[in-house]
Amino acid sequence: MAAGRHSRLSDWFNRRGWSDIIISAPYIWLLLFFLLPFLIVIAMSVATRTPSAPPFGYGGDNPALNFAGYARFFEDELYLRALVTSIINAFVAMILCLLIGYPMALGLTRMQRNWRNILLMLIILPFWTSFLLRVYAWMGMMGKSSWFNRLLTDLWNMVTPEGWAMSSIPMMHSNFAVVLVMVYTYLPFMILPLYANLERLDPTLDEAAMDLGTRPFGVFWDVTLPQSIPGIIAGGLLVFIPASGELVIPTLVGDAGSPMIGRVISDEFSSSRDWPMASSIAVALLLLMVVPTMIYSHFQTKAEHKPENRP
Amino acid sequence: MRRRPIFLISVLCFGFAFFYIPILSMIVYSFNGSRLATVWGGFSTKWYVSLFSNKQVGAALFLSLKIALISATMATILGTMAGIALARFRRFKGRLFFSGMVTAPLIMPDVITGISSLMLFILMAEWIGWPSTRGFTTITLAHITFSMVYVTTIVQSRLISAERDIEEAAMDLGSKPWQVLWDITLPVIFPAILSGWLLAFTISLDEVVITSFTTGPGNTTLPLLIWSKVKLGVTPDINALATLIVLVVGIGVVIAGWLMNRAEKQRDRDARLAYRANE
Repeated sequence: MAAGRHSRLSDWFNRRGWSDIIISAPYIWLLLFFLLPFLIVIAMSVATRTPSAPPFGYGGDNPALNFAGYARFFEDELYLRALVTSIINAFVAMILCLLIGYPMALGLTRMQRNWRNILLMLIILPFWTSFLLRVYAWMGMMGKSSWFNRLLTDLWNMVTPEGWAMSSIPMMHSNFAVVLVMVYTYLPFMILPLYANLERLDPTLDEAAMDLGTRPFGVFWDVTLPQSIPGIIAGGLLVFIPASGELVIPTLVGDAGSPMIGRVISDEFSSSRDWPMASSIAVALLLLMVVPTMIYSHFQTKAEHKPENRP
Repeated sequence: MRRRPIFLISVLCFGFAFFYIPILSMIVYSFNGSRLATVWGGFSTKWYVSLFSNKQVGAALFLSLKIALISATMATILGTMAGIALARFRRFKGRLFFSGMVTAPLIMPDVITGISSLMLFILMAEWIGWPSTRGFTTITLAHITFSMVYVTTIVQSRLISAERDIEEAAMDLGSKPWQVLWDITLPVIFPAILSGWLLAFTISLDEVVITSFTTGPGNTTLPLLIWSKVKLGVTPDINALATLIVLVVGIGVVIAGWLMNRAEKQRDRDARLAYRANE
């Protein structure tokens, strides 16, 4: 009997049990710790705020489904302004990352192999140190009495007319500071996919264009750039998506007067203890992010199905 | 010979200056004698002394390492399973949904993951009485969840590009599918599993937003400690802490790079020898 049960168990394991376990363990984990919290956010976004603990309710005196959070999102200027600020900051950071990151990635592909590996390592190195400390490094740089600020102030006073002189440049607690630190922390996300893309391009195409008399910039514009569009899109979204929901950077160096959406969600949740409102904003932000994500996965699948340039 | 790309090289120089000047500035100011973090007051190591005498820092570092070790290991097990499921099992019920659940956490903003996990833990405590307090357990659960999908991405892409000849040979010789997986597939993708673990370990060690939502009283990880100090402004002992972290990471990366370089050279040499033997 015991032997029979044992063999049935091992039969099951050999036939399909082993694969069932491999599929179901991570499946159940994600259902429990990712999907369930996500559904709670959606359900919470239509709940009513109550003074109880936890601070929400449905039914009774409250409407079963309460869309007041969404209504407030579109009526109260604060939320839409925060959303627009987030999109603009993330977009500007993305463009700046592209303008700095593209020539850097292209420059890397022109380096000798040994140099290239060292430089790539130097790009990844800050990335392995703490994210918080990289933001913090700029707090030290931008402060009113820092050497960097004084240097910039002196330069400014040298090049501008008398009347424009400043004692220090107000960099901290502004959207400028947010964008600058975002570019600093997210630039590797732009360089690495671009480099991976540019490195695979066939250099003989460049040479062919050169031999046919195209000028260097023409080669770049007509040959290199069109082939690197998948890398640009991948890098751009890897910067834009996390930047638009960023919380740490705007909290540390941002302007409290024009907050970004991540900070508004956090404040609604923690300071105002308004879970339904925080959840409504979260759902709205996620809906907004669906579009760039779909663009990304579209290009990603296209890139995967494309045959390699090199054998 | 191609012309030297002067423009590209100057942008590279600018980029590396941009990357490293703030870090160098932080390192220099960690040796600053002045209390004012931005005014130079002579060389001093007093911030290192005050850092080492601060018991909070040691306790926070220990908690962070404990969480990172456990969550990276669990995330690697679960993430590898998910990667195998997605790369090797072409059809099973809910496969598309599963692959969606594996991608979604990658783009979810930290704030939303943080508040949703906190709401889950509070409601679970309400409904089933567990977890009764928030702290080590809840932080670890949240860390496993967001870091396992990174492991999955790495393992999955490695599996898709891996040669399947040996697996097929083993199958032909009568191995059971799970034996093939255990004896052949897992050793072949072991480097990917290892780099998945390393990635999970480092993102857990660095994570602040989700941790700040899922922690409870008295459970301060190192990033939470830094976060609470840095919110108040620039303080010199954080400069000292940052310098130590950069030093440790720098040494680690240099050693890893050196080992990788050596392995690559060894492979080249082996390939050359094999080539010559074939002649």
